[in-house]
Formats: sequence, structure tokens, C-alpha cells
Amino acid sequence: MADLKVNLAGIKSPNPFWLASAPPTNTGDQIMRAFDAGWGGAVWKTLGQPIVNVSSRYSTVDMNGQRVMGLNNIELITDRPLEVNFREVAEVKKRYPNNAVIVSLMVESNQQAWHEIVKRAEDAGADGLELNFGCPHGMSERGMGSAVGQVPDYACQITTWVKEVAKTPVIVKLTPNITDVIYPARAAKKGGADAVSLINTINSITGVDLDTFVPRPDVGGKSAHGGYCGPAVKPIALNMLSSIAKDKEVGIPISGIGGISNWRDAAEFILLGATTVQVCTAVMHYGFRIVEDMIDGLSNYLDEKGMRSVNELIGKSLPTISKWEELDLNYKVIANVNQDKCIGCGLCYVACNDGAHQSISAKAREDGRTRVDIIDDTCVGCNLCSLVCPVDNCITMKQIDTGHAPLTWKEYQKNPSAHKHLGPHNAH
Amino acid sequence: MTASNQDSFHEIKPPLAVDQALAEANRCLNCYDAPCTKACPTHIDVPGFIKKIGTGNLRGSARVIFEANVLGASCARVCPTEVLCEGACVMDDVTWKPIQIGQLQRYATDFAMARGILPFTKSPVKKPGRVAIIGAGPSGLACAAELLRVGHEAVIFDAGEKPGGLNTYGVAEYKMTPAVALAEVAQLQKAGVEIRSGVRVGQHISIAELETQFDAIFVGVGLGRIGKIGLAGENLDGVVDAMDYIAELKIDRAKAETRTRGRRVVVIGGGNTSIDVVTQAQRLGAAEVHLVYRRGPEELPAYAHEVELAKQSGCRFVFLSQPVRVVGNGKVEGLVVQRMRLGAPGPDGRRKPEPVVGEELTLAADLIVPATGQEARLDLLKNLPNVKLDRNRPVVNSDMQTSNPKYFAGGDCVSGGQEVVNAVAEGKRAAAGIVKFLQNRQSTVDGRQFGAEK
Repeated sequence: MADLKVNLAGIKSPNPFWLASAPPTNTGDQIMRAFDAGWGGAVWKTLGQPIVNVSSRYSTVDMNGQRVMGLNNIELITDRPLEVNFREVAEVKKRYPNNAVIVSLMVESNQQAWHEIVKRAEDAGADGLELNFGCPHGMSERGMGSAVGQVPDYACQITTWVKEVAKTPVIVKLTPNITDVIYPARAAKKGGADAVSLINTINSITGVDLDTFVPRPDVGGKSAHGGYCGPAVKPIALNMLSSIAKDKEVGIPISGIGGISNWRDAAEFILLGATTVQVCTAVMHYGFRIVEDMIDGLSNYLDEKGMRSVNELIGKSLPTISKWEELDLNYKVIANVNQDKCIGCGLCYVACNDGAHQSISAKAREDGRTRVDIIDDTCVGCNLCSLVCPVDNCITMKQIDTGHAPLTWKEYQKNPSAHKHLGPHNAH
Repeated sequence: MTASNQDSFHEIKPPLAVDQALAEANRCLNCYDAPCTKACPTHIDVPGFIKKIGTGNLRGSARVIFEANVLGASCARVCPTEVLCEGACVMDDVTWKPIQIGQLQRYATDFAMARGILPFTKSPVKKPGRVAIIGAGPSGLACAAELLRVGHEAVIFDAGEKPGGLNTYGVAEYKMTPAVALAEVAQLQKAGVEIRSGVRVGQHISIAELETQFDAIFVGVGLGRIGKIGLAGENLDGVVDAMDYIAELKIDRAKAETRTRGRRVVVIGGGNTSIDVVTQAQRLGAAEVHLVYRRGPEELPAYAHEVELAKQSGCRFVFLSQPVRVVGNGKVEGLVVQRMRLGAPGPDGRRKPEPVVGEELTLAADLIVPATGQEARLDLLKNLPNVKLDRNRPVVNSDMQTSNPKYFAGGDCVSGGQEVVNAVAEGKRAAAGIVKFLQNRQSTVDGRQFGAEK
């Protein structure tokens, strides 16, 4: 069985699965139950000067009967007294010395205030600190959260203040509500951060109640934009994660966050550079118990791949992410339909014909279903048909030999007329 | 009527709740050129109405159904979906579970019925040409609705006390109650269908009168009773025609129960009607039910899923047995059957049953229900002027037009007995044929007038 132990900038954890700073980590009781279930670490729900929350607070994006594809919230940081939280931090650390307890912090942009809360958190026994520069709702209106994360200089300044007193590793949590997430990541590094975590939630309005005309969640006939998370945000998170992981200036460990629901998602985040992963929405949907399959599945996967430690997985896919201009223009795949598996639904035909490149022909089969055939000559190998096909492995993309040596856009541009086989679409 | 008895006729498939309907609607792949639509005789745009359920557009969903089939509510209940739309569903290959199309159709049409959303809109523009429709069953109702949509006037003459034909009087009770059938007809009437109930053509109004008052006539009279099957003793008390037996439950449930409860019932025939009789007898508390069929299980014409239902509820099938005579003393006491075996194939390709000499068996019975096929309504059909019949059915072209161009026909009287949905499809097709006929007739008349002016 593969070793799942990880070490994020000095924070040791029995496995890479952490609870993100969020409602599941609101209390010591929850975190202890999570550790009992198998979670390796937990980032305590953000501590700061206690606030007052509204009711209601959450709303979701559901899709075709699947609930909580995306989750939106307008809940603020902890609404419990600091001393209660710190007392519970100490209690949890005492009872679970081997699990990672990271305390998320957010106070006003004032050196004194930051120094004070860092000391209190570490005195309570935190293994590490996470600076919440990400919350996009409520707190940002008061100059905290994403209001800091969106201005690299502020992020750098506060990280510097924290590092002046911190004895434990400092993770800066980044907001995705910014044009290029690399800049605040570099600022965090410049301020002395030991690691970054991302993504925090994305500004969102999940939907409007078509009867009351009020967006959700409805707070007495009004709503406010919230922070979006859950499976729907995973692709955005993966992209931001990989861009930071590939950036040579940042160069510090990463805790990945954003729509991780199972071991497969976790493996993808780790492959793109995360050392630990943080989970919230999936736990809000199904509870702490989901970690059992995350541990089991990841461990089996590593065994199957012949890896002894999860550390072998970290960043393994990064070298395959390149710029578009470095892709091989002479690489060619075309779709192939396994007629024995085809159920004749015709979805590939209509998708290709209306939505892509008109390279599938359709005719009625004797049984009333649709017979589809790929038109090899015009198929551009876009994948769409294989993506919409409801049958596993019925449409596959097969590589074909173009007889041409690999060619990048840069090389092509030097003399387009030498590559007429690439056709008019790619001529300029 | 006891409570348990009432329970026994509860619908086998209860309506879907909102979450079930949404989950099922979302399972639908939305096939291109969908096989379910092709498999439906009325060609309902099945993925179209299902996806509208998925978006919560139930009004639109019902409209899509009614556009193709104004009897969408009853078809949702009585269609053998297993062999039609659901039988064609591609999901059967993916998850071995086709989309529950009938149930979803019911979900959308129930919504429409509950809100009084009418199944069609009468054209505000009137077109010349009045049409008489004989029979307020599925084909006649569908034909009338299509004609009204186009703007022609249509009047249905129906001999029954209540409209609906077999939908009201002849459908297995657990599939659909008369209340549902009548509510659906009432919606059609609200939308403009005119029905003259209790008017028997040939008795209360003559065919000649219809001819003078109307420009075209649609015959959708269905079939009649099972009739005599030529068995010695079939006049004994306790032999009941299958159609009468099914109708009795709908008209007077107490009487149907008294006739059945605790009795030994023998049903003759292997078609879907015989299965309906079997399931009805079982639900009414028969002591035992036998179904006698002269061929083997392989040859049973009834749908496999219906046969399975009958088996599961305890019916005993007596195959390769030809009824010979009913025995009894004033009252039925049993049915004597002749053992058969399958011989060489007959002209229809099916192996012909032939008697095994000397092997007879007596099935004890208190109630014998022949369900061997309904008789044609020759009393009417034979009196239609110049309408050619073949094997007692009007001969029609693809427009459902008979050999007398003014007469069209459809439904069971033409098909010899099919599903409600087939009757609806034929009523629709006949309406299109009638519209064409009236148009041509009109243009001929106009042309003549136009020519006269020259």
C-alpha cells in the first residue's frame, strides 16, 4: 500500500486530504469527527473579529437532476468568540497530535491586529496558518478577504507582517477573482509565504427565483453575490493551480482547492502540482465519510501505477502543459465508431453537424435508430462526438499517421506555403 | 364493493411524483431522429415532450403530446409502450432500462387535464364542408379534432350512452377507469368536438340522411361483441361475452363482483382481451382462473408482458386445448376441451392445431368467458352504399378512404382490432384524407363556377 503521508512546507499530514476553511471546520467537534473519519488535516474556519451572519446563506446550481454541481454562499467568517475557537484548537491538537490543524485568519489590514492573532493561533497549537485573502463576499466590502488578494502589494504587505511573528508555516489563500492569479501568488512569495492555497470561491449569482424574481439565496427579498465552489469550479481551479505550479518565480508548495469530490479529482490536483488538497462542498453534500474512498481510491491508484508514495505524483503532469504555440500541428486524430457498441441515438451526428465540423453522416437503420459513419476526410479530430456519446468507448479517437514531421506554430509561421496539407483553415 | 376489492383495481403503475418525473426526464438522451417517435403510431415527438418536462415547461410538454395525439392522456395509460416507444428506446441498451415514456406522458397530460388545458384549438377560420363521424371512440374523436383544427365542421354520432367507445367501456380497469376516459372526452368537447350521444345510425338517423346533411362521412364504429362461437351449450347461464364482462365492471361493479367472487372462471382465447378478462376475474376475487388456448405458449398472440402479468397473478394456462362444448344443467358446470397438437403450418404460416383423438378434458367452471375475437359491425357496414368490404372490413386506401369516395373509415372496424393509439393515428390520417377530399371537391365546384363565368 502506497504511502500517503505528505509534508506541505513543514506541515506534516498523514494524507493529503484536508478540510478547507469553511462550514465543515466551524467547530472543534466537527474537526475531531472528521479526523476520526480519516481526514489528514483541517483548515479551521476563518478566525477574526466575530461577525454577524444572515439567514439564508447558501444556494446551488443543480444540473439535470444532479444536486449541488455548484455551491454559492454568503456566509462570513466565524461568528463564534475567538477564545472559544482557540480553546477548541488546543483541545483538538491535544487529542489529535498527528493530524494537521491549520488556522485560517482574517483581520483588518493593520500590523498590530495581524501580529496579535498570529500569536494567539500559534499559542493555541496551530500547525500552520492560512491567510484568507480570498473571500469575495461581505468581508471584502470591509477591506478584507479578496479585497487584499486582488491587490498584490497588499497581499505582500500583510504576508510580511505575519511572517514577522509567525513561527509556523504560513499559507496564503488566493482569490480567483482576478485577471491573472500569478501576480498575487508572486506577491505572497515575496512577502515570505511558505505556501499558497487556491482557489477561494468565485464571485457568483447562482440563479434567480422565477416566481419571486429574487436571486438565491433570498434574504428577506434581497440577495447579494456570493462565493462559488463545488464540482463546477474544478476546471478553473486546475488551470490556476497549474499556472502557479509552473511559474518559476512562485516556486513554493501549493494546497489545491476547488471542486474536489473524490480521489480522482484529488489525483488530478496533485498531478498538476498540489501537495495537499482541500475539500469543502463534497463534505457539505455528503459528510465527512467521503474521505474513506478518497484514501482507499488514491492508494489503490498509486499501487496500480507502481508508485510507493503520493509524493511521486506531485506535479507529474506539469511538463505536459505547454503553450498552444508549442503543440504539434501535424498530430492528427480522427473519430472511430464501434458499430457493435453504437446504440443509434444519433447524438454524435447532431452534435457534429450543428455544433462542429459536419463530418458524420446519418441514415435511418432498419430498426428505426440512426446509423452514423465518420467522414474521415473532413473529420478534424475535435473529440466532440466522443464526448457526447453516451456509450463508454463507443466512439474513440484514433491517431493517424500524417506522414509529416512534428510542426509547431512558430515553425509553421516561418513558411506556411511549405505546409499546404494543413489546409486553408490554418493558413494564417 | 369492498375496500380490498377497490384496492385490487388500483393502477399497476401509479403516477410519477415530481422528483421521479424529473429524474426520468433527465435520463432521456434526446436522440436525434428518435426511434421512440418513429415507433409511436401517432409519431409524438417523445424527446421533445420529455425534455420540456425536464425544464419544467409542462404546458409546452402537454402541447407537444396533444399536437400529435389528442388522446394522449388515455394512450399514456393504455398503450403497450413495451412494444412501441419504450420498446424502441436506446436506453434499453445502455442501462437495460428504457425511459418510462408512458409514465412521463401521463405526467404531462395529467398536468394539462388538471388545469383544463385543452388538447387542441379549433380553427377560428371556417372552411366549407361538414363531416359526419360515426362512433365516438378513439378514431372518431381523433378525426373530429383534426377536422376542427383545420376549420371543418364535424359532428359525431354515437350509439353509446356515454362517449369514448372502447376507452370508456373496453379497457382493463387497472389500466384506465371510465372516469379518466370520460374526462378526456369532456376536454375534447370543451375544445369544440360535438358529440350526439345515444344516436344509433341506421335507427335514429338514417345513412341517407347523413349523406344529405354532410359532405363526408367517417366510419369509426369499432367492433361488436364476441358473439356466438358455435359451442354446444354456449347459451347456458354463466357464459358471458368478454366485451360484456369487461363493460359490466365499468357500469355496475357490484354485479360484476357477484358474478365472479369465489367462482371458477374459464376464459377462451389467447389475445390481449382474454388476458384483460383473466386479470379482471382475478381482481374480482375468482376462486380460480383458467385460460384455454388451442395452440401453445409460443403462439399466444397476447403481449408477453401482459401474459406475464396474468401468470404472476395466478392464472393457469391450458394450452393446446380446443373448447368442444359447455356442460351444465341450466347453469354452466364446466367446459369440455379437446387436446390438440401442432401440425403442419397453415396458410398464415402458423402451425395448425389438430385434435389428438380421444383426449378430452373437462374444466369445472361457473363462469365461461369467450374472448376469441370481436364480430364486425355488419349491421352498419353492410348498409354503407358502395363501400367495399374485405373479410367484413371496409377496404381503404392510404387516406383511409373507402371505395365510396365520400366515406372514410378507421380504427378497429378497419384494422380488426388494434391499440387505441393505432385508432387515433387512423382517425388523424382519415381527417387529412377528408380535408384533401373536401378541398378537391371544393376546387372542382369553384372551377366549374369559374368556368361558367367565362
